Amino acid sequence: MATAARTDPMLPQPYSVRQVVKETADTFTLTLESSNGVGGNRFQPGQFSMLWVFGVGELPISISGDPANRAQLVYTVRSVGQATHALVSREVGETVGVRGPFGTGWPVEKAEGRDVLVIAGGIGLAPLRPVIYEVLRNREKYGRLVILYGARSPRDLLYRKELTAWARQRDTQVLVTVDYGGLSWRGHVGVVTTLFKYARLQPVRTLAFACGPEIMMRFVARDLDTHGLARENTYLSMERNMKCGVGFCGHCQYGPHFICKDGPIFPYDRMRPLLEKYEL
Amino acid sequence: METLEHIIAEHSFFSGLESYYTNLLTGCASNVRFEKGTYIFREGEEANEFYLIRAGKVALEIFAPQRKPIMLATLGEGEILGWSWLLPPYQWKLHAHAVEPVRAIALDGKCLRTKCEQNHDLGYEILKRFAQIMEQRLEATRLQLLDVYAVGK
Repeated sequence: MATAARTDPMLPQPYSVRQVVKETADTFTLTLESSNGVGGNRFQPGQFSMLWVFGVGELPISISGDPANRAQLVYTVRSVGQATHALVSREVGETVGVRGPFGTGWPVEKAEGRDVLVIAGGIGLAPLRPVIYEVLRNREKYGRLVILYGARSPRDLLYRKELTAWARQRDTQVLVTVDYGGLSWRGHVGVVTTLFKYARLQPVRTLAFACGPEIMMRFVARDLDTHGLARENTYLSMERNMKCGVGFCGHCQYGPHFICKDGPIFPYDRMRPLLEKYEL
Repeated sequence: METLEHIIAEHSFFSGLESYYTNLLTGCASNVRFEKGTYIFREGEEANEFYLIRAGKVALEIFAPQRKPIMLATLGEGEILGWSWLLPPYQWKLHAHAVEPVRAIALDGKCLRTKCEQNHDLGYEILKRFAQIMEQRLEATRLQLLDVYAVGK
């Protein structure tokens, strides 16, 4: 029975909520632990799970925790609708169904020996946080780590304490910007692409990972292209309405790709023709 | 110690400019400093210079009646501040507020306008460089206006 459960990707496994942390007014980080020991906690940075709130609905959510933590799965969720609201309202000890992990991960191994450029917009920092953990844990394998993070306003910034801690690590540069800074904000104001000029990039030895609203990623990828970063060295995390998570249902079809199975992580050279298509 | 001429010649904004022109520009340049909290220029004032920011941070602000100032963007090390000196009526359209102590090189716009009128090759080179900055800032502003991180986007 346990073997069947382990191999059936459509069968959610029960996980217990261990912790709920309020990151911003509408965004929460949930820590889950398997209730029956059947669920798999191994994941690659960038992969996602399908999370069931029983009786409400199922949601694709990127894993935002540390890949080295095999005991727990961590998700950062923005409450924007009925299902996400129900998910972030779970109390400690309540059960959530988990399927996955699914999809492709960020090619962190390809970044070994190179500088790693992480570009995040809004909640897009969540799927990139596992990359940051991975690079910082194996610091000697990588060159510089540059984290560029844009948010709507100072109060929408995720993981504030970690951002400060990451900035103190060697060979690590963290630059944060907001679209709308209040009078008390002393950081950068402007879109995330305006941070490139402060990042001291060496395009030929850099691998870039970007996640955020699709239009932001389009601007980011285009600007990186202009800065001389090879298109195959820029990776984007794409998003479409996912349902089955394993390429059966076709809900997340994006041109010739299924985002859930072929992605969500794609190199820019494969995404570029599609990003420029209207209404796709 | 770095000379003004060397700083201008090495700055990416003037990259590719012949040394004859960088010499001309140096004749219009001076080192300036602004304390934190001071306004480098204000909306409506005569615009007779622009700045190469060497250190510190400048906020571009706009005021609306009965509202606190709105910070539209920040500029930092290596960036160019100000282009209203280039186009009539030569008046600033925004406030530039030093939110950190700022060190910069000020270039005298009046002096430069005269040199550009006398030497159209120089004028074209300057205009091309400012057009690129305007294009980059326009694009950034468009993206900012899209409010891409708002719920439902």
